[in-house]
Amino acid sequence: MLEIPQAMLDRIEAHARRDHPDECCGVIAARDGRATRLFEMENAERSPTGFTFDSAEWLRVYRDVDDADETFLAVYHTHTKTEAYPSRTDIGWAATTPFDHWLLVSTRDPDELERRSYSIVDGTVTEEEVRVTS
Amino acid sequence: MAIEVRIPTILRSYTGGEKAVSGSGATLTALLDDLDSRHSGLRGRLITDEGALHRFVNVYVNDEDVRFLGGLETKLADGDNVTVLPAVAGGAGPAVAGS
Repeated sequence: MLEIPQAMLDRIEAHARRDHPDECCGVIAARDGRATRLFEMENAERSPTGFTFDSAEWLRVYRDVDDADETFLAVYHTHTKTEAYPSRTDIGWAATTPFDHWLLVSTRDPDELERRSYSIVDGTVTEEEVRVTS
Repeated sequence: MAIEVRIPTILRSYTGGEKAVSGSGATLTALLDDLDSRHSGLRGRLITDEGALHRFVNVYVNDEDVRFLGGLETKLADGDNVTVLPAVAGGAGPAVAGS
């Protein structure tokens, strides 16, 4: 289960709409498993079909979180033409990235964003509940 | 010549849990060879069989991504610091764009 404050979710959805039709991406940091901070990341690909964290920005964010003794809880990104389900590309990258949760938002219907979360372990995708807290 | 190398959580199984290790070498390639002599397997997680930097990792020398420096041939000097991070990417994929 992914627990996420409503305010963070609102920011993610605003980010998703702003960057559509390109994919957007970002990370959520946590302490003791509870979400603390959201980082909207630049998509270095600026692409409607993929995202890559900008390497310089990612170094700054990683260090900021590590120095604060926080961890990375989740990575989020959008699929702008397809459903919010991990692609083969996502599953491949999940093997080498440090995130327990992959939050996907689909913006293919801009009037109604689809938002779903998954754990991706050893190539196996398991959908999980998203619990929105106040 | 001592160069500090910061290792991300996901690769600390190769360093006995250490966050940072120290090594030596005049280039990044030489440094990774040196590290691999004490932390066996680490080099293989950073460099492909073809000898290129793996796309799943970012390596920084003094906070500059080596892809924008000299890649694996980036020159190193005593006191430089090297940071390894997992690269992060994903997305719907090109197959979708063409459909």
